[in-house]
Amino acid sequence: MSEKTPPIQATKMMKKLMADHFLALDRAAAEGSPKVAWCTSVGPAELLIAMGFEVYYPENHGALLGASRMATDTIPVANALGYSPEICSYLTADVGAFLKGITPLTKAYGIKGVPKPDVLVFNTNQCRDVQDWFEWYGRHFGVPAIGVRTHRGVGEVRDYMVADVAQQIKDLIPTLEQVSGNKFDIDRLREVVGLSKQCTEQWRAVLEYGARVPAQMNFFDHTIHMAPAVVLRGRPEAVEYYDTLLAELVEREKAGYSAVPGERLRLYWDGMPVWGRLRMLAELMNELKAAIVCSTYCNSWIFGAFDANDPFESMARAYTELFIVRDEAYKENYMLEHVKRYGCQGIIFHDAKTCPNNSNSRYGLPQRFAEVHGVPSLVINGDLNDLRCFSDEQAKTNIEAFVEQIEEAAA
Amino acid sequence: MFFGGIDIGASATKAALIDDSGRLLGSAMLRSGVDFTGSAQKGMEMALAQAGLEAGQVDGIFACGYGRKNAAMAQETRTEIACHAAGAYHHFPQALTVVDIGGQDNKIIKLNAQGLRTSFKMNRKCAAGTGAFLEEMALRLDLPLESLNGLAEKATEEATLGAFCTVFTATEVLSKIRDGVRIEALVKGLFRSVVKRVMEMDIFEGTVVMTGGVAEHNPYLAEMLSLELGREVLLPPLPQLNGAWGAAILARDFRARQLASE
Repeated sequence: MSEKTPPIQATKMMKKLMADHFLALDRAAAEGSPKVAWCTSVGPAELLIAMGFEVYYPENHGALLGASRMATDTIPVANALGYSPEICSYLTADVGAFLKGITPLTKAYGIKGVPKPDVLVFNTNQCRDVQDWFEWYGRHFGVPAIGVRTHRGVGEVRDYMVADVAQQIKDLIPTLEQVSGNKFDIDRLREVVGLSKQCTEQWRAVLEYGARVPAQMNFFDHTIHMAPAVVLRGRPEAVEYYDTLLAELVEREKAGYSAVPGERLRLYWDGMPVWGRLRMLAELMNELKAAIVCSTYCNSWIFGAFDANDPFESMARAYTELFIVRDEAYKENYMLEHVKRYGCQGIIFHDAKTCPNNSNSRYGLPQRFAEVHGVPSLVINGDLNDLRCFSDEQAKTNIEAFVEQIEEAAA
Repeated sequence: MFFGGIDIGASATKAALIDDSGRLLGSAMLRSGVDFTGSAQKGMEMALAQAGLEAGQVDGIFACGYGRKNAAMAQETRTEIACHAAGAYHHFPQALTVVDIGGQDNKIIKLNAQGLRTSFKMNRKCAAGTGAFLEEMALRLDLPLESLNGLAEKATEEATLGAFCTVFTATEVLSKIRDGVRIEALVKGLFRSVVKRVMEMDIFEGTVVMTGGVAEHNPYLAEMLSLELGREVLLPPLPQLNGAWGAAILARDFRARQLASE
């Protein structure tokens, strides 16, 4: 096993793809063609692409604000506007950045601002905050904010739920036709859903490299390489990208590389990334030789139900099957299955102050994992974007103590 | 053989020297200040002087606490969670729930009968219920910190304080003063607040041991916790030194494992 892991080469290709994505959006907004649609990250993006829109994802921008640590300066602007510090810090960071007239896209791609939307399309499967978020921009720009309201706390995904969501997606079409000036084409939608399906299966294959011992990629790698699955799914570029990445992973495995050199411990991460502290946490885990090999968050961009033959129903099913939409029993079983399959010795729950829907430690789940399944857990308090809610020292001490505890028990 | 432990906490630095039976030979306690490296060095020198030992005679030193990475003389670092657990188990070798109330944070550590940690919890980012809470309240009440224990102990009444947040509690306290509530009753109310914050962190199982500076200077807190739990709450001989003592125990055990494998 190599003690030094060289960087993943495909990253360069991904950077170019992301630059092309944002530059195309910037151009479209400036020229007024094609029209720009804003979409939630787990929203009906396939329909928007099929209708000829350039699609922009505000949650991706929220994560960029967090990772660049600009969020800490922009969140208070939205707070002052009446948007509570307790609600989604993607929302507050993004609205605050817009009001301040700043964006991380300027430094990264030389773009002055986010692309002006012609329509905003949300899916509440992540949370209600996305709806409020998009409606703020809808009012600001005077453009339609339309969406899909997903069922919540879903145990078994029932046909009536799928039928309802499929109909809601279909109901978006008249507005999208009017805004884009394009006629809906079912064959084009089938093609896009087919591409999304390919992308999703490749992303699943990439994540499976975490199950190798030692893991070939870890959570911190996944948070970087998930970008095409989030913002380019439904496009051939995403498929080409994951082809390249997967080919490289085959070679890296042969060469004996590992995500965490000297891996001696494997963990599961539940909850949002702490975007502004990814480097610190990655370095800490490397130092402890502990690999976070699987996460609820990065797995959320696997949409196994996509079916080009049945685009509306399959999109409805895929976007309702998501972990975040499901009931507590499903979540417990899902995590347990992944903990076992990936050989994890413990779970780190990130309880994000402003993201209750992605914080699964609040109803006794860590205790059930310990008592019923014998899997130890750690809960760290923090946030996805608001670093005022995160203490480096407390997080470090907690994680170190958790690793000590697991190693003591193993010894 | 001799072993050392140094616990560089947010408020105080503690040093302990033990022999291979775990007996305390020397110790020191000083404010951590802003120079953690210097405080650690000075603390260990003081402990060595008290034990009548030279630095070269010590076979291993472990460090813990927020400044653990700053202890130049330490071979290894461990978290204060590991060290408080080791210290408490050294004095009470049985299944334990260890409650450590520190300057900035509280910890609940559970150990099985073999002394292995089964779980731990730290307070959230908020410092309500920690030493910092009592320090802030003493300041607001214009009382010396060391007078709190005696005042709480002799209180015949207790003020009910409902707020979670330190700032809100301070407002509540001011309102009680305005209403003529006696100072002893207020301090006992503050102690009750600390006990409540600790009790809502976890389920207490087995024998309960309280460690840390707050317990050392305010042993009445242990009595109050004991009444709430309906069973005795034990204190180690020197609760504030418990982390450093535990670090020395871990250094000793580490050395023993090294020798066994040689």
